Amino acid sequence: MKYIFFYTLLLSLVSCKNSTKTYNEGAILYKRHCENCHMSDGSGLEALYPPLAKADMLKNLGVKAACIIKYGLHGKILVNGIEFDTGMDPVQNLSDVEITNILNYIHNAWGNRKQFIQLNEVTHTLENCKTQIK
Amino acid sequence: MPVIGFKQLIEKEVNGKKVIDSIDHVIPPFIFINQDSNMITEKVVEDKIYLVDFFFTSCPTICPKVKKNMKKVYNEFKHREDFLILSHSIDVKYDTVGRLAWYAGKFNISSKNWHLLTGTKEDIYKMSYQYYITAIESKDAPGGFDHSGYIALVDRNRKIRGMYDGTEPEKINNLIRDLKLLFKYE
Ligand code: HEC
Repeated sequence: MKYIFFYTLLLSLVSCKNSTKTYNEGAILYKRHCENCHMSDGSGLEALYPPLAKADMLKNLGVKAACIIKYGLHGKILVNGIEFDTGMDPVQNLSDVEITNILNYIHNAWGNRKQFIQLNEVTHTLENCKTQIK
Repeated sequence: MPVIGFKQLIEKEVNGKKVIDSIDHVIPPFIFINQDSNMITEKVVEDKIYLVDFFFTSCPTICPKVKKNMKKVYNEFKHREDFLILSHSIDVKYDTVGRLAWYAGKFNISSKNWHLLTGTKEDIYKMSYQYYITAIESKDAPGGFDHSGYIALVDRNRKIRGMYDGTEPEKINNLIRDLKLLFKYE
């Protein structure tokens, strides 16, 4: 708990001073872990890989997108009116801090806009979806 | 545009004298099955200019990018009767005809110009050597297969005329430029 508080403090300090820096970290992680499927411009690929740029699903998910990164997503979904059922496997070995950085990046890249997401929100959300999934 | 590949040396007689000549690398005949369960052989590419790549539908690495770039080329030339794409799946177990049909539908491509191919493992891997495109089954690689994202451009005589890194948009522009040249002059 102490650590979470410390990290949140650290993260918000960093984010207040220089929010683009955290997005940079998120951008690097995005390139490494997500770009292959969701593309560098977040456009996805036809009805195989859904877009993240201006995607209604991502917008509605908000911080809950953390659950998809950590636990994957299978089954039919609708993104901007298009049906996808390719399925996404969990992205392995990401810390909560890294997931937070990715979330802030994808929620603010390519014309997307969202309020800054804090680490404690992500940790809390991940605990909830863990019990939901298992 | 040069012909790519190892040439085969042969001895022949010119004016009664023996000389050495070389033959271009030509893609040998093949038999594969496409997403509609139709047999695709070298007859299908006869007198056509075609592109070749190797991929698998569940590939978590470069394939979606390569496919996105190839779609750009497809959209530009799909109206032509003499243009084809052959995408060979290297995952012969999982990528059944049904799975390839699902992929083609979701990817919104037609077998009029674009064939997603499966066949015996041996035939697919042997074919990858013919096009000089790496395809290896490997437990350590993400998704279980190691392969390159290269696209081969093949002319009407089944000779390779260009190789392009399918992950790089500028290389795709070169491919489109070269395709136009081939269509114009050959
Ligand atoms: C191997 C390909 C692949 C990778 C890598 C991948 N995804 Fe996905 N992602 C998918 C697919 C496919 C779906 C649709 C899942 C389904 O069919 O239900 C999806 C769905 C999503 C969704 C919900 C739908 C939407 O468009 O809003 C989000 C959010 C998402 N991914 C984010 C990410 C993030 C962030 C990363 C990197 C940490 C990532 N994905 C990595 C393939 C991938």
